[in-house]
Amino acid sequence: MIPLTAYVAVSAVLFMTGLLGVLIRRNFIIVLMSVEVMLNAANINLVAFSHYLESMAGQLVALFIIAIAAGEAAIGLAIIIVVFRSKISTNVDEMNLLKW
Amino acid sequence: MILAFFSYFALVSIAAGVLTVTLRNPVHCALSLLALLMHVSGLFLLLNAEFLWAVQVIVYVGAILVLYLFVLMLMNLKTDERYFHASAPYFAGLSSLGALYVLFLLLRSPFDGAKGSAPAGAILQEGDTYAVGIKMFSDHLLQFEIVGIFLLGAIIGAIVLAKTPKALEAERDHR
Repeated sequence: MIPLTAYVAVSAVLFMTGLLGVLIRRNFIIVLMSVEVMLNAANINLVAFSHYLESMAGQLVALFIIAIAAGEAAIGLAIIIVVFRSKISTNVDEMNLLKW
Repeated sequence: MILAFFSYFALVSIAAGVLTVTLRNPVHCALSLLALLMHVSGLFLLLNAEFLWAVQVIVYVGAILVLYLFVLMLMNLKTDERYFHASAPYFAGLSSLGALYVLFLLLRSPFDGAKGSAPAGAILQEGDTYAVGIKMFSDHLLQFEIVGIFLLGAIIGAIVLAKTPKALEAERDHR
């Protein structure tokens, strides 16, 4: 029997990897992929707790998170396409229109 | 046996996560994200969540990742010379420190709480899909409807955002 701590540790390491990717990568698409890594880490956590605490709620929330990830990917990629069309770049450092 | 599967899925998903973040070519990043998603779905299988396993493979790998790959192919990006942020080493140091702290806290905590009403044996009797369906359409109906509205909004937003602007269209017709 795998202890719950093992699952939570895997999820923590994955989450930190994704967070690192969001902070250090400069390509917008890869920043979005790192967000997907973080969402997956959260899903592992939810499903593991749902299994070990014998409740269905965690799996349902994981399902809703997958739906929200789909919406986030669609909107994020649409924004990338709009920015790419006008600036021919996906570098996050060059997107500073809203910065003051 | 379960231990072997767990360590395989866990190690490969962590390695694929690291590769997703560090590889140079965006298409390679997308492919290692594919490996990550498949191995995370294997972890779901070990946790008796076979419906989530199917959703992960169909929705995440089949829809979301293909969307990413489509956009990558559409843009035909050149790889940047400096693809990491200038202050990447500081962030890397800080986040590994944070990860070590979180791991330390995790290994100390007992994780105990009131058990719910769905033990593994009862779920295995009817199947996970049945249990998820019953729970979703009874207790979590409002959240389900909210997610539906959210997805509708996301569809409309994506179409409105990615539409060719009027000025560009006129320019194209002119040629």
